[in-house]
Amino acid sequence: MDRLKLVLQYFQSNSESISNGICIILSLICVKLYTSFDFNCPCLPQYNKMYSLGVVFVPPIILFLLGVLVNRHTGVLMEEWVKPLGNRTKNPAVVKFLLSSMLQRALLAPMVWILMTLLDGKCFICAFSMNVDPKYFTGIPNSTGLELIKIMAKVPCKEDVIFKNNSFWKAVSRYVRCYSQAIGWSILLFFIFLGAMGRVLKPCFNHATFLQTRYWSNYLDIEQKLFDETCVPHARNFARKCVVQFFESMQEDVTVRMALSNTLRPSTIHNEYEEKEEEQLHGITRQDQVDHLLQTWYECKPELDVTNMAYKPKVCITWEDHNGKALFSEV
Amino acid sequence: MDKFRMMAQILQSNQESFMNGICGIMALASAQLYTSFEFNCPCIPEYNYSYGISMLVIPPIWFFLLGFVLNNNVSMLAEEWKRPMGQRRKDPAVMRYMCVSISQRSLIAPAVWISVTLMDGKSFLCAYSMDLDMSEFGKNVSGYGLSQEELLRTLAKIPCKHIYDGQHILSREAASRYINCISQAFGWLFLLIITIAAFLIRAIRPCFTQAAFLKTKYWSHYVDTERKVFDETCTEHAKGFARICIKQYFEGISGEIQSFQDNLHGDDSDDEGDKPATDEDKLMGVRRLDTMNKVLWDWHTCKPPLTLRKSGDASTGQNGDCSINASKNQNGNVCDKTDLNEGQNGFRCGYVNPGLEIGQSELGKEHNNASFSTEQNGLTNRHSNASTSQNGFMNGCVSSPGNTQRKAWAVYYSKV
Repeated sequence: MDRLKLVLQYFQSNSESISNGICIILSLICVKLYTSFDFNCPCLPQYNKMYSLGVVFVPPIILFLLGVLVNRHTGVLMEEWVKPLGNRTKNPAVVKFLLSSMLQRALLAPMVWILMTLLDGKCFICAFSMNVDPKYFTGIPNSTGLELIKIMAKVPCKEDVIFKNNSFWKAVSRYVRCYSQAIGWSILLFFIFLGAMGRVLKPCFNHATFLQTRYWSNYLDIEQKLFDETCVPHARNFARKCVVQFFESMQEDVTVRMALSNTLRPSTIHNEYEEKEEEQLHGITRQDQVDHLLQTWYECKPELDVTNMAYKPKVCITWEDHNGKALFSEV
Repeated sequence: MDKFRMMAQILQSNQESFMNGICGIMALASAQLYTSFEFNCPCIPEYNYSYGISMLVIPPIWFFLLGFVLNNNVSMLAEEWKRPMGQRRKDPAVMRYMCVSISQRSLIAPAVWISVTLMDGKSFLCAYSMDLDMSEFGKNVSGYGLSQEELLRTLAKIPCKHIYDGQHILSREAASRYINCISQAFGWLFLLIITIAAFLIRAIRPCFTQAAFLKTKYWSHYVDTERKVFDETCTEHAKGFARICIKQYFEGISGEIQSFQDNLHGDDSDDEGDKPATDEDKLMGVRRLDTMNKVLWDWHTCKPPLTLRKSGDASTGQNGDCSINASKNQNGNVCDKTDLNEGQNGFRCGYVNPGLEIGQSELGKEHNNASFSTEQNGLTNRHSNASTSQNGFMNGCVSSPGNTQRKAWAVYYSKV
């Protein structure tokens, strides 16, 4: 239980780990989908290739699109690409970085599917059993009167009646599966090699620029999240004020003259909770102000300069005695 | 148990993730329902097609409607659609956004059912086994001497392997493999189409109307939040109202007025001053049945404008009434159709249920000894905070008639 919490906490710590986590989950879903999918080779010469190549290539496209959809960076990337210039310059390097990281993560699940189909071999057998030259194998069932190509097309369907008491299909399947697995392992080796080379050689090129780009793309993501998070308590406080005001508007005003008493003194105690609420509203109290705020946030984002907030002038006190000599100074 | 609690906590952290959670649970339920459902093709030419297609189409419709039922936001959408305009404009973009987001979530479980059914192939086999083209298998139809009807009947039996008797005509496995292929091809095509549609909607949308989208998203969440806050505020108000009402009822029966004395003679310390005032604050000046009814009625028919006033503002006209005959700032008598004053000193006014007015009976009884005067701007007798304190003062006056300390006069204004 604690371990699970730790793992979840680690993955939620920053948006990169969230994307990695989602990517891994999508790959696991892909594996589960493949194992539960009932592969059904038609065993007909005109349809074998179409079916098996469809099974090899269509699910990866679907998984790729899902990977792009589910990635948070997609939204950040599209917004950054499309937004008007405003007070900030646009950094194309950030856009490229986001795009490449999103594509890398989205390509993992499709690769897992393709590798699984190749290593398993069923699709390959279904597609290419007709291309095998049967003269290398003994025991071909040629007593059924079917054409050769039809017999070869039936090899993936081992339970077919023509292969009863015949191990011809086993030999052909093994042969084609060998090819399939060889191709699968070589593709895997190639990609791992590519990844390793990329990792090793990347610091040799523009590492400083890369650090900057990575920082600012992370910043954009966090900024977007914080904006969304800030809107939520704002809406809640706005709603609370609106509702309370509505209730109080039902009151009528009464001017009463009466003797002063202790209980009638209006309370002057400031409610701390109310002060905090006023702060959270940040002075935005009207619909058109909120609209204007949201519009401006998109069209003309503020400058990336918080110097005024960070370096407020501080009052430094100096204590002097009556002769003007400084006894103590904060300067 | 602990795991379950943690999951529940994560899911309830906000409304959106809760709805996503429900959506995921329904998708899993849909897949589980399919696997546990025993598919039973009738294998009769007249009924195969209907059974197969209805298994494909009717459960998704059911799941879609169930998604609407389970979604909390449906009632919110209906409310927003049906309410009168009042003082707040209706934004069709917000309603469209809510409708679209509800529909998107409800469409996931039906999509899961349809794709699982197509991948499995049983319903397709049942529906289309009679439409099989024998030439695909290289079989000559006429060579077997079967009439059309008999052929159809034989083909209809393909999905039921125990009763199929046409093995010499056409291999059952070959035919079912062929139809399963087509079914799976349709299934993958369906998944591809909905994924492309979702991709276009979500990934390409920022290219168009992003600013307007942010606005509608904010205001649709606001409508939801406001509804919740209103319900919470009403609950607090009702509690305060009920508490005071019951207290007065008991006091009325026992004939003793206990609680207000403590206010008068107690210390003016901060804690004591705050505690009894809390209930009164929660009432926010609404103390009568018809006033509360007006509050609830106006909430639907005439929502307030989205403009907050600071507590120092004196403008009262902004949240004006929508009813025809009520106006706070006029000097006419507005008192729910009955006359306002019985004499200058009373607050008598027609009221529906005497028990629901706070402080009314005491005022009615004790006004003979009043040493105060009330000035009204021709208003209704909706009591503000002043009247309760007034009540307190009066009771204090009654209990210590000879009190000569209070010589200084003050004018007490209610909160504007």
